[in-house]
Amino acid sequence: MNTSTKIFIPRDTASISMGGDEVASKIEEIAQKEKKEVTIIRNGSWGMSWLEPLIEIEIEGHRVAYGPISETDVIDLFEADFLNGGSHPLKLGNTNDIAYLKNQQRWTFRRCGLINPVSIEDYIQNRGFSGLEIALQKGSSHVIKELEKSGLRGRGGAGFPTAIKWQTVTNAEGDQKYIACNADEGDSGTFSDRILMESDPLALIEGMTIAGLTVGANKGYIYLRSEYPIAHEILASAIKTAREHNWLGKDIQASGFDFEIDIHIGGGSYVCGEETAMLESLEGKAGMIRFKPPLPALEGLFGKPTVVNNVVTLASVPDIIDQGGSAYSAYGVNRSKGTLAFQLSGNVKQGGLVEIAFGITLRDLIEKWGGGTASGKPVYAVQVGGPLGAYFPDSLLDTPLDYEAFAAKDGMVGHGGVVVFDDTADMAIQARFAMEFCSIESCGKCTPCRIGSIRGVEVIDRIINNEHREKNMDLLSDLCETMIDGSLCAMGGMTPFPVKSALQYFPEDFKPENK
Amino acid sequence: MIHKYHDKIALDIIHQVGAKPEMLVQILRAFVVKFSYISESAIRLIAKELNLSRAEIHGTVSFYHDFRTTKAGETVIKICQAEACQAMGSRQLTAHAEKVLDVKLHGTSENNAYSLEPIYCLGNCACSPAVMIGEKVYGKVDTKKFNQIVGFKE
Repeated sequence: MNTSTKIFIPRDTASISMGGDEVASKIEEIAQKEKKEVTIIRNGSWGMSWLEPLIEIEIEGHRVAYGPISETDVIDLFEADFLNGGSHPLKLGNTNDIAYLKNQQRWTFRRCGLINPVSIEDYIQNRGFSGLEIALQKGSSHVIKELEKSGLRGRGGAGFPTAIKWQTVTNAEGDQKYIACNADEGDSGTFSDRILMESDPLALIEGMTIAGLTVGANKGYIYLRSEYPIAHEILASAIKTAREHNWLGKDIQASGFDFEIDIHIGGGSYVCGEETAMLESLEGKAGMIRFKPPLPALEGLFGKPTVVNNVVTLASVPDIIDQGGSAYSAYGVNRSKGTLAFQLSGNVKQGGLVEIAFGITLRDLIEKWGGGTASGKPVYAVQVGGPLGAYFPDSLLDTPLDYEAFAAKDGMVGHGGVVVFDDTADMAIQARFAMEFCSIESCGKCTPCRIGSIRGVEVIDRIINNEHREKNMDLLSDLCETMIDGSLCAMGGMTPFPVKSALQYFPEDFKPENK
Repeated sequence: MIHKYHDKIALDIIHQVGAKPEMLVQILRAFVVKFSYISESAIRLIAKELNLSRAEIHGTVSFYHDFRTTKAGETVIKICQAEACQAMGSRQLTAHAEKVLDVKLHGTSENNAYSLEPIYCLGNCACSPAVMIGEKVYGKVDTKKFNQIVGFKE
């Protein structure tokens, strides 16, 4: 009988950034000294980032959690007999019973935290590759039909219906087609792609393979940002394992279907998260955006029909095929079907990943999961959807998280990032930063974005310094309209949203007497 | 870890990654990992091997923030400047870093010990502010933790 106690310690970025590796070594060291048999498993993260490193002990089939653990807590834990679930101030109880996790509706992220991310056995034991097996049996039209039923829309931010995109590429003529996974998750306050790639990378690999099978592509690329070295390491190792087990490569599971995936690393450019800039970068060039049309679905990578999807979109597909599109669309509201993995961050007590059906209000998310601000001060502004998303004041916090409901308030659900600010934030400075960020990251192709953002910083500076205030206010609002209407992509076209919302909802922060 | 630039090593990298124009971004990245920056000799060599003009290589190099053209300090410290970290004091942390390291953001200290760089999001937003040193990410970095991780004694 194996008497070794299983200890799970996440190897995701959040855990490691808070000392996960050091905790793992310390546990190993003390266990050895005290002659305790332990097996350390580096699992993925459950997404409860504020509790990282969150370690778990397997006891009679249950997992008992402790966290956040620092290296110096380890001796104490041994003294408290944590290997047998002993009580300790940092004991959190059974992982499954932690309210933060229990009250979520995990779909795409259901294996995250549960499994060793690079173990094919763990993956298959938890229904991994069932979706691909169905797709291999039933073929392209079945996949598209289920995707249509699911109502899945692109999770990268634009919310375009996935079934339509895949159908377009399927119908497109081409001797070669590609699947390009956008893993350039550059929006501040977003980390769901990262958690997925670090905690369940095989789901992404399976999703891309299903995409390839559906549209007739045998080559996929993952465009991963350079800021994610741990995701790179885990993803590369998952791809290698998948190849060794014939879930990638030639004649996958004797089906006659070939599919390969390569990882390309970005160069630290935000605009390369825009799909056409990403394609340019994948071709080895500067990430200058392309005019659309032609759509990438028809003329994408190297001019060939290409599916461009975000990580979470692709990783959502296997379970939709496995459980049926209607099981997915049973979640959500209106035209926002299924679940979205919201990411709570910034000045919030309990930051992390919350996968839940669309329709929950922003306030519920911040209060019930986030537990309010980290500082204990009142919530002042909330930016949803990354640096191009509007800043919402308290009066808009009851807006349900639904693509259209947010758009109606000039906001954006986007990739689901929720960044909370307390009342020490200065929204004039935040507005200025939105313009500054655009000037740093603009690809330079179109004038409203390239020049407009620089002028934007200058005009906001003049407003803050009370120089010709009224005139400059008018100028700023004109400039915003020009950027919205005249920019080629969302970078210049949406930078005005955080600026305009700051002016509209937080005008007092722009007044000279408050400076 | 960081090597002095040498055409022989550089040539190996180009052929290892793939001597094709579509691999240019990947080659440049591998150069930065190996040599810390893209030198003029590196640009000449890549242009020759990929049959591209030096202007084309330069255009790509200058587009990406990661591809620096001057030698980096021995330790490269990147502090996240994006919104989630701003909400938890990354501006104050940056000012602190500039003071204790005696170097401005984007700069390299006189003794070449440190380069201080901005970075826009490490995806560690729930543990902000975030700092990256080399390839290691640190979360919830206050001034005390910063001093500790860079080995600065108060």
